[in-house]
Amino acid sequence: MKIPEETRIEMLKGMLRIRLFEEKIQELYLAGYIPGSMHLSTGQEAVSVGVCMSLQKDDYVLSSHRGHGHMLARGAKYKYMMAELYGKRSGYCKGKGGSMHFAHVKIGVLGANGIVGGGIPIAAGVGFSSKYLKNNRVTACFFGDGATETGAFHEGLNFAAVLKVPVVFIIENNQYAISVPRRLSDRLEDLSIRAKSYGMPGESVDGNDVIAVYHTAQRAVHRARSGDGPTLIECKTYRWHGHHAGEPKDGLIYRSQEEIDAWKRKCPIKQLKGTLLEEKVITEGNIEKIEREFEQELEKAIAYANESPFPVESDLLQDVYIEEG
Amino acid sequence: MRQITLREALNETLRYNMKNDKRVFCWGEDIGILGGAFGVTAGLIDEFGPERIIDTPLSEIAIVGAGVGAALGGLRPVIEIMYIDFTPGCMDMIVNQMSKIHYMFGGQSKVPMVLRLVSGAMGENAAQHSQSFYSFFVHVPGLIVVTPSTPYDAKGLLNTSIASDNPVIFVEHKRTVNIKGEVPEEYYTIPFGKADVKREGEDLTLVATQALVHDALHVAEDAEKEGLSIEVIDPRTLKPLDKETIFSSVEKTGRLIVADEDWLLCSIASEISAMVAEEMITYLDAPIIRIGAPDTPCPFSPPLEKAYIPGERQIREAIKKIM
Repeated sequence: MKIPEETRIEMLKGMLRIRLFEEKIQELYLAGYIPGSMHLSTGQEAVSVGVCMSLQKDDYVLSSHRGHGHMLARGAKYKYMMAELYGKRSGYCKGKGGSMHFAHVKIGVLGANGIVGGGIPIAAGVGFSSKYLKNNRVTACFFGDGATETGAFHEGLNFAAVLKVPVVFIIENNQYAISVPRRLSDRLEDLSIRAKSYGMPGESVDGNDVIAVYHTAQRAVHRARSGDGPTLIECKTYRWHGHHAGEPKDGLIYRSQEEIDAWKRKCPIKQLKGTLLEEKVITEGNIEKIEREFEQELEKAIAYANESPFPVESDLLQDVYIEEG
Repeated sequence: MRQITLREALNETLRYNMKNDKRVFCWGEDIGILGGAFGVTAGLIDEFGPERIIDTPLSEIAIVGAGVGAALGGLRPVIEIMYIDFTPGCMDMIVNQMSKIHYMFGGQSKVPMVLRLVSGAMGENAAQHSQSFYSFFVHVPGLIVVTPSTPYDAKGLLNTSIASDNPVIFVEHKRTVNIKGEVPEEYYTIPFGKADVKREGEDLTLVATQALVHDALHVAEDAEKEGLSIEVIDPRTLKPLDKETIFSSVEKTGRLIVADEDWLLCSIASEISAMVAEEMITYLDAPIIRIGAPDTPCPFSPPLEKAYIPGERQIREAIKKIM
């Protein structure tokens, strides 16, 4: 199925928007401007964009610890994300969450999770609420390959299948759980085969091919919205950086430069860009203009984050409980 | 007034809330046709159907985690974990998800969910079906912990719990499930953080929880005959805890015994004692005494189980010592 030109341009923009953000974060982090720890999704942009473009405005997303891309693909603004990463009160979570706990309920992102696999059972429950309330919303739940090794994954997927909830589970298989490669963690070629044991369809797809991700996600989203239950999708991709920004040797301790370079040649952005240039859908000039706009937006976001005040000490005890009555 | 059991009080409270609020539903293991391991949900499936009274797979992580998700999606789940003993398997969902979501995300979302657990030793259920470790949950910011001892309190507090926008851990003790008491037919709530003085007294403050409230009342009745006036206080909610009621009682009596079935180390009994020691020590005429389960797993054999469960014997011994 041919995807309209504007949609493909949107996809390219979406991926560039994530890439430029993540690379800027890496730079700011290394320069000491950002506290805490962050998990960057550079190289995995096609997954966030391909899936989120198959969703509707009212749909839900459960994100992972590597979740900046999910937020951005749902339309989160640079400036409030940056403010959150700077620990500022004007951030999406008032500086209470940081990189691992991004959420913006207004765009349907119900929360990233610092516990690997933690969002999976939650997604099953969010899906249940949609089915129960008949509100026609679909939930997309992102997690890494490491999450498929947790009990939460097995219980959550089985639960979702039994309740037949409208959820799409997306494994972002970036080949490593921190330093441990897939071959030490399971005996499977395709992680999507696990779907079989829960009686739901599973599909593995090239996670660096945004068009392929989009088509696969669309099928799963359609299935969910039609009341046919959950689907498991594995997107095979690769994280370019180490597990977290500032990791010693940026991931080279447990993997080779050759391996990283090979995956970089399969860059999701380069692939789509190549096709769009070849088909003359877009020009180099257009792309540069898009990038410049994002760069300017980033500069403004940094300024906004810098100028924003930190939370005050009295904020510490706010939002632990909701007042009764 | 009519008398019903604590189990019946919970059952009618669930029924009332489900009738009046379509967002309320229940799920858990064997809560449907079987009506729950302790019969609390008996008959509800006939009235509300399997769409709202849901028998789940044997998956505590998913039962709690999906409950959190359902709450995020706008529902008001009342979820049953058959025994408190099964919660360690889903502690991540309780401690890292359920309790923290409101705070982590800067107050954007809420988790209005009730997690019902059964605690306590009774009937030779041995080490993995007899525990009372709700202090784990008291420890965690973001959770409300409710421990009713009477049918009246159970109904009022469950109504409050279901109406609350905060995540609530609601702990029912096995020994109290069939205890009868006066319960009004109409709807009422009991606020969190409001202890109940179950019996007024002048000479000694006896703070007791769950089944131990009833043991404390028996002992207090006997003591009265011997001229000793004991004030029995049931905190009813361990988090928030009604310090004021306990403190003003201690101010009056000058003596404190705290009885709770959890293990003593790092327990609510220890916490209450520490609070009184910290802020009220000048009012005390004798050292505080704590009563709790000994530092051992609960044994199976009947005489050993009897030795394990704190009750009237321990309270009487403590009174002798403190007076």
